Amino acid sequence: MTAQEVRLCGLLLQEHFGDVVEKVGTHLIRSGVLTLRALAHETKLPLDLVKKSLCVLMQHGMCAFGAGRRGPAGPVEYHIICERILHMLRYPRYIYTAKSLYGDTGELIVEEILQRGQMTMSSTVKTVADRLTHNMPEGQSMDYSEVVSAFSRLVETHFLQRCPPLASAESSSSGEVNTPLPAVTKHTEPEDHPECYKLPYINLTGQGKRRRSSEDGEAEQRAAKKAKTDNSERGDEGIYWQVNFQRFHLHFRDQAIINAVSCKLDQTSGEIVRTMLRMSEVTTSAHAAFTQALSANEIFRALPSSYNIARPILDQYLTLLVDDPMEFVGKTGDSGGGMYVVNLHRALANLARATLESVVQERFGSRSARIFRLLLRKRHLEQKQVEDFAMVPAKEAKDMLYTLLSENLVQLQEIPKTPDYAPSRTFYLYTVNQLPTARLLLQRCYKTVGNLIERRLYETKENKRLLEKSQRIEAILASLQATGAEAEQLTEVEEMITAPERQQLESLRHHINKLDSSENQVDETIFLLESYINSTQAPR
Amino acid sequence: MAGSRGRGRTQFSFSVDALGFGRGDSLPSTAHTPSPLFPPMQFRPVPLHAGEEVDYMLALKQELRASSKNLPFHIKAARTKTDVARYSDKYQNGEPKNNCIEWSPDWSRMPKELCIKVRKPRKTVIGAKPQLTRKPKVAAGKEEVLQKLETLEKREEEQHSEEEEDEEKKKQNEEEEEPDADEEYDEEEIEDETDYIMSYFDNGEDFGADSDDNMDEAVY
Repeated sequence: MTAQEVRLCGLLLQEHFGDVVEKVGTHLIRSGVLTLRALAHETKLPLDLVKKSLCVLMQHGMCAFGAGRRGPAGPVEYHIICERILHMLRYPRYIYTAKSLYGDTGELIVEEILQRGQMTMSSTVKTVADRLTHNMPEGQSMDYSEVVSAFSRLVETHFLQRCPPLASAESSSSGEVNTPLPAVTKHTEPEDHPECYKLPYINLTGQGKRRRSSEDGEAEQRAAKKAKTDNSERGDEGIYWQVNFQRFHLHFRDQAIINAVSCKLDQTSGEIVRTMLRMSEVTTSAHAAFTQALSANEIFRALPSSYNIARPILDQYLTLLVDDPMEFVGKTGDSGGGMYVVNLHRALANLARATLESVVQERFGSRSARIFRLLLRKRHLEQKQVEDFAMVPAKEAKDMLYTLLSENLVQLQEIPKTPDYAPSRTFYLYTVNQLPTARLLLQRCYKTVGNLIERRLYETKENKRLLEKSQRIEAILASLQATGAEAEQLTEVEEMITAPERQQLESLRHHINKLDSSENQVDETIFLLESYINSTQAPR
Repeated sequence: MAGSRGRGRTQFSFSVDALGFGRGDSLPSTAHTPSPLFPPMQFRPVPLHAGEEVDYMLALKQELRASSKNLPFHIKAARTKTDVARYSDKYQNGEPKNNCIEWSPDWSRMPKELCIKVRKPRKTVIGAKPQLTRKPKVAAGKEEVLQKLETLEKREEEQHSEEEEDEEKKKQNEEEEEPDADEEYDEEEIEDETDYIMSYFDNGEDFGADSDDNMDEAVY
C-alpha cells in the first residue's frame, strides 16, 4: 500500500467510523497482518475498543481474518482489504446508478446495504419499506412485495450477491468448538459459491410501517408485537447480502465506453455499442479482453425499436466503428454478415491515454500536450526529432521537455554507442511509458482527494462555532413552526444570525459543496485509471 | 574507461547550438530558496461539471456523511473519568461504554475472540413496576418484616453492583411482555426508582464545555 493510499484510507475511515476505527485501520494497513493482541498492544488502545473496531470493519467487508502463521491452532490474524475502503469514495455513484436503473426502491436498497455492510434480505425489505412509507403521503404505504421484486431484480442482474460463507467445510470431527478458519493465503471469491445469486425463500408479507407520533400508541404496540413474532419465521437467517462492486464497475466501464463513442462519433454509434455490450453482458467474464463475437444480423435484430435504421446503414456504422483509431470495435470474421467484438481492454487503454493527454494539456499547455502525444505515438525520439515533429522552436521544446521530465511524465532512455557511457557518444531518447505514467497519475489522484478532504475538514473546523449556531437556530425555527408561531417570532429568531454571518455561512457552504463535488469528479478519474491498470494485470 | 580519450578531437553527439543557449549567454540564475509552496499557476483549472446528476450525487454524499455519524458503527471511545466517582454517575446514561457493542453482528461469522457483550439500545424502563412485582410481598409479622427488609437490602446491593446485567434481563423480560409501551414514557422522567427527572443529575460537566472564545453574548 502506498503512502497516499494509506493516508486516504485513514481519512475515509475517520469520516465514516470515527477516530478509533481510523487508528486501528491505519495501523493494520501499515503492518499487513496482525493478531488481536498484537494490534491492541501496538495501538495502545483498550482491547474492547479494538474488538469493536474490528467488528465494524468486518461487518463492512474491509477486514478479513484467517488462520495465522502458526496454523489453525494459533491465534487468528487479521488483514485489511484496502480497495474496499477506497470504494467508500464511490458510494454516491453506486447509489445513483441503482436509482437510474431500478428507481427509488432500488436506490434505497443499495443505500441501506452500503451503509450497513451486509444485511439479510428480510431486514432490508422491512427497512426500505418503512423508509418509503415515511416519504409517501398520509394513508398510503409501501407493500413488501414491491420491495422484494426490486431486490430480486438487483440479485438477478448480479448487482447484489450473497456474502461468502466461512469455509467450514473441512470441519474436523474431533469436537472442536471453533469453526476452523480458512488459510490466510487462500482467496475465496464470493462467486465461487454456487448459490451466490440464489434468492432465499422467505415468508414476508405486509406493508411498510409509518413512524407515528405517540397518539397511535395502541396500534403500534400490536403491530410491533406481531412483527416480533414474525421474526422467527423469516427463514433466511444467516444469509447476508452485500453489494457486488465488481458488477457496478463493469457497468461504469461500459458507460464510459458508450459515452466515449457517442462523443467521438455520434449518438447512433453509441446506441449500437450499447446494444452490443448489452447482448454480451452475461456471456463475457469480468476480466475478458473483448466481448463475445456478435454477428451483424444479431445486432440488427437486437437494436432498440426506436432506432429503425436500415441494414446497410448499420453495416456502414459498424465499418466506421472498426476503422476508428480508438479501436473500440473490432471485426473478427465475415460469417453472419460480419462478426464484431468490442475491444474492452483496448478501449480502457485508450480512455486512460486520453486522460493522461488531457492532464498534460491542462497543466502544461497545448504545445506540451502535443509533444506528449507525439512521444506516446512514436515511442522513442531524440531531442532534435521532437523539435522537428512537434513543430516547436528548439528553445521552447527543450524547456517543455525538461519540465515534463522533472514531473516524471517523460523518461529519458540512454543508448550508448560505446561500452563507456560517455555523454558525447550516447543517444538520449525521450519516451513515455503509458502504464507507469498512469500509476503515477493515480497516486497523484489519491493525494488530491486526500488534500480535498483535509481542506474540507479544516474549513469545517474553522467555522465550527458559526455552524453550530446556525444549526441551533434552525432547530428553534423548526420547533416554533411545528407549534404554530407567528411570523414576527420567526423573523425575530431569524434575525439572530447577522447579515455578515449569513454571508460567511453562505460562502462556507459554497466552498464545502465545491470540495465535495471535486472529490466526486476526481473519483471518476480514479476509477478509469484503476480499471486500466487492473486490466493490464493478469487475472488472479 | 580510458578508451578513446585523446585519440582524436572529442566529438559530441549534440551540437552546441542545440543546447538552447549560445556561447556568451548567461546560464539561468541558481535557486537560493526552495520553490514556493503554492507557486503561481500558469493555467487555471477547468471548471467542475455541473448538472442535475452532479448535484444529486453531491447531496447523496453529504447525506451519507451525516447519517453515518448516527449509525452504531461510528465508534467513540468512552470518556475516562478523571474526577472523583459521583452519585450522579449512576444516573448518567447514553455514554458509550467500551465493553459493549451497540449493534448485534452475526457472531457465527466472526472469530470467537471478538465476541463482546451486546448492549441493547437503552429502552426506557418503567423501573417501578417490575421491581414491585419482584419484591416479595411484605408478609405480616415483625420478624418476617425485618427479615424481608434485610433481604431487600442485600438484594439492592446486588442490584447496584450488577446494575447492567439486571437491566438487560429486565429489558429482555419486558420485551417479551410489552415491547412498545415503554417508548411512550418520557425518558427524562422515570428511571431506576428515583423521584427526580434525569436533568437533576446533571453534574454541570457539560455546561460551558463548548468553546467560549469570541462569544459576543455574555454568559450569566
